Amino acid sequence: MSELDPIEQKVIELIAQKKRIPPESISLDSTFLELGIDSLDGMDLLFNFEESFKLTIPDEMAQQMKSVRQVADALRTALANSPRSTTT
Amino acid sequence: MRRVVITGLGGVSALGIGVPALWDGLAAGRSGVRRVTVCDTSILSNPIAAEVPSFDPAAHLTPDQLLLFDRSTAFAMIAASEAWAQADLELTDEERERAGVLMGTGMGGVTRQDEAYRDLYEKKVARSHPFTIPRIMSNAAASHISMRFRLEGPTLCISTACASASHAIGEAAELIRSGRADVMVAGGADAPIATGVVKAWEGMRVLAPCGDDPAAACRPFSADRQGLVLGEGAGAVILEERERAIRRGAVIHAELAGYAATADAAHITAPGVDAPARAIRQALAQAGLAPEQVDYVNAHGTATRLNDKTETTIIKRVFGDHARKLAVSSTKSMHGHIMGASGAIELLAALMAIERGIVPPTANYRQRDPECDLDYVPNQAREMKVDVAVSNSFAFGGLNAVLAVRRA
Repeated sequence: MSELDPIEQKVIELIAQKKRIPPESISLDSTFLELGIDSLDGMDLLFNFEESFKLTIPDEMAQQMKSVRQVADALRTALANSPRSTTT
Repeated sequence: MRRVVITGLGGVSALGIGVPALWDGLAAGRSGVRRVTVCDTSILSNPIAAEVPSFDPAAHLTPDQLLLFDRSTAFAMIAASEAWAQADLELTDEERERAGVLMGTGMGGVTRQDEAYRDLYEKKVARSHPFTIPRIMSNAAASHISMRFRLEGPTLCISTACASASHAIGEAAELIRSGRADVMVAGGADAPIATGVVKAWEGMRVLAPCGDDPAAACRPFSADRQGLVLGEGAGAVILEERERAIRRGAVIHAELAGYAATADAAHITAPGVDAPARAIRQALAQAGLAPEQVDYVNAHGTATRLNDKTETTIIKRVFGDHARKLAVSSTKSMHGHIMGASGAIELLAALMAIERGIVPPTANYRQRDPECDLDYVPNQAREMKVDVAVSNSFAFGGLNAVLAVRRA
């Protein structure tokens, strides 16, 4: 897992907690479908991502997030766009 | 077999106060969605809703009622009073014991609750108002209506989210059919435009973004639909045992001929197909109607991606080839999603089709979706003779209610 950056590690950790599965079973290429994340799990995870990273994920961006890699990429973009964005 | 007819109508919505205002708005295809004015919007990302326009509670309620009522209870009382006056009922003491109330609500007195909690947590007030509990309890509307008209029979409230009013009207009809009551005031009310509630809906990511033109935000069945828009209001009908209504020479709007309730038993938010389809079939079977006899379906039509696609599948499954001949519309495009009042306001829309011969349109329909390929009466009301109409309500939690009405 050494090749993962901190954002990717955190995303995997949050998904592992949510689905109660070992983080080792989740890779960057794992899709929400493969991980058994349905729409309701997805909403809860988005909330957890927003709280952990202290940012807001717009709906359009949220709709594109269907795999671990897509989540990490989206969070990276969001963080770059609003580096000081804290709780609103 | 005892049959049930509708002898009074009442409604409050973003299209105005009173059924004539509702029907005129629906016939004109007018959207009541606008920027929110009734609550603090400073922390909202999506401050649009179908609000009851320039509503002055003091113009409709006594000072005692003003003190005791939540906004939703006020709407319920106004709708019930309109329906009651129209039905022109005079009940003996004995008859009062066989007359009741069945009101639906998704969230009860939530504007008062939001206010009370804000006072506590934000303003750090020392005490809550002594009427806080009677203001916010879900049965407030049913209780106040029973007191106002002195109805002493079965009086209940049903809370099944977006299907509350349809379940309330359907179960009230069952009370009459089964002989436990002869007259029922039935409907639903909700006033969910409170900061905490709208914020919670934003969290679900199912609300249409406000954009530059709030009136066009809710676009059921259109390929560019983008989510639901919250609304507020109340609808009520007077249900009466048919022979009794005929005997007293009542004006009969229609027969409430069929009702069914089913559960998906599957998912707390995603809609199913089998159970809603079964609800439509069962409602028609109770009414003794074949699917081919239905002229108009008032759809649940929330304008979320999933609902409208799934509901189209459900309608095609039940009606087969006839699905393409049906007029189907979602009036939520105009009065918004009124949660626990939706089923009542939408039944009133279906009754307009029967009574005025005008099928209300689906407003803001812009673009055909290959997965939604029925006749949604886009943007313009249609003159058409309607003898039988069906109203669908499919709630979060997988609870489905379908009402079938027939020209009396």
